[in-house]
Amino acid sequence: MTLYEWFIAALLVIGGLFTLIGALGMVKLPDLYTRLHAPTKATTMGIGCILLASMLMRLDRNEGFGIQELVISLFLFITAPVSAYMIAKAAMHLRVPLQPGSDPHRLLEKARDQQPPQ
Amino acid sequence: MLNTLLLWVAGVVGLALVLNAWRLVRGPSVTDRVLALDTMYINVIAMIILLGIYFDTSLYFEAALLIAMLGFVSTAAVSKYLLRGDIIE
Amino acid sequence: MNKALLPMPIHTAVLLLTWLLLNDFSIGHLLLGSLLAVLIPWLVAPLSDPQAPVRKPGKALVYALIVLWDILRSNIEVAILVMRPNRSLRPALLALPLDIQGDLPQALLASTISLTPGTVSMDFSEDRRWLYIHALHVTDEQALLRSIKERYEAPLKEIFAC
Repeated sequence: MTLYEWFIAALLVIGGLFTLIGALGMVKLPDLYTRLHAPTKATTMGIGCILLASMLMRLDRNEGFGIQELVISLFLFITAPVSAYMIAKAAMHLRVPLQPGSDPHRLLEKARDQQPPQ
Repeated sequence: MLNTLLLWVAGVVGLALVLNAWRLVRGPSVTDRVLALDTMYINVIAMIILLGIYFDTSLYFEAALLIAMLGFVSTAAVSKYLLRGDIIE
Repeated sequence: MNKALLPMPIHTAVLLLTWLLLNDFSIGHLLLGSLLAVLIPWLVAPLSDPQAPVRKPGKALVYALIVLWDILRSNIEVAILVMRPNRSLRPALLALPLDIQGDLPQALLASTISLTPGTVSMDFSEDRRWLYIHALHVTDEQALLRSIKERYEAPLKEIFAC
């Protein structure tokens, strides 16, 4: 294997690993709001790595520049925060409880009613 | 060599899909299920791309692009529905 | 450049370029792509709201690179946090006072916060002066808020000059 191929292999492994960590977070984190962190970060990162690997591979095979991959990753990076925001908003309106912690409940009420904190 | 690795990574993504499916079944709230479904959409895109490289066809990428768009639109639509359902206007 | 014929000239160029890159180059695709690149902006132009213009494109590029780097860093951080036992996590809700105004700069700030270190933006207050943030693990609330203001809000303020 050449150095180039090792690089692609590393990207694939990192991508798979982050996807798995995102899924593990979905299973083990304590409440919805902490679970929100898994898909917006780990999974998006995982798919970014896999798409980059795919682009490099197609360059290697002389199949041209992977514009589709670029479009997909741009799209995912733009939409991930938006869907997280919408899910968080829906969760607050449905009164999904926060994990017991350091005085966040007062702020949750405020955030739901879109009021300033004081 | 790289082809074997592709299948292994696809297997890992498959495992991630199973874990997310567990959250989809388990809940407990509706938003948890929406979140699990949203993550599963992204995992499926990863899977399709891996298989696309493995079978060496660019047809799969169009499918991945479509799934990305439908996934976002459906998440947005369901969240909007949950929001509107709660507000009494 | 006629404003009525081409309401969004940059969008037209990008659309045509993307069409040609997605398909193989031929005269037919050039014609079809040009037709779509003129028709689509013409249809969607009435839907768009006027947004604050980018004053400093160079700064915007630097900002994009900083955010990309932070996405990489934050992913590793979050991965480590996720692998640790749940009871060592200190999740918290924070309220970030906003200095920047305008839809586009605030939306960019909220998206940046969602993509970077252990934070997800949840909602704005009605008067758009506060942004509620959920953080996965907080040791020092004030330091976190300060770093967001310095690292992301200040450059955005400069880019949009608002």
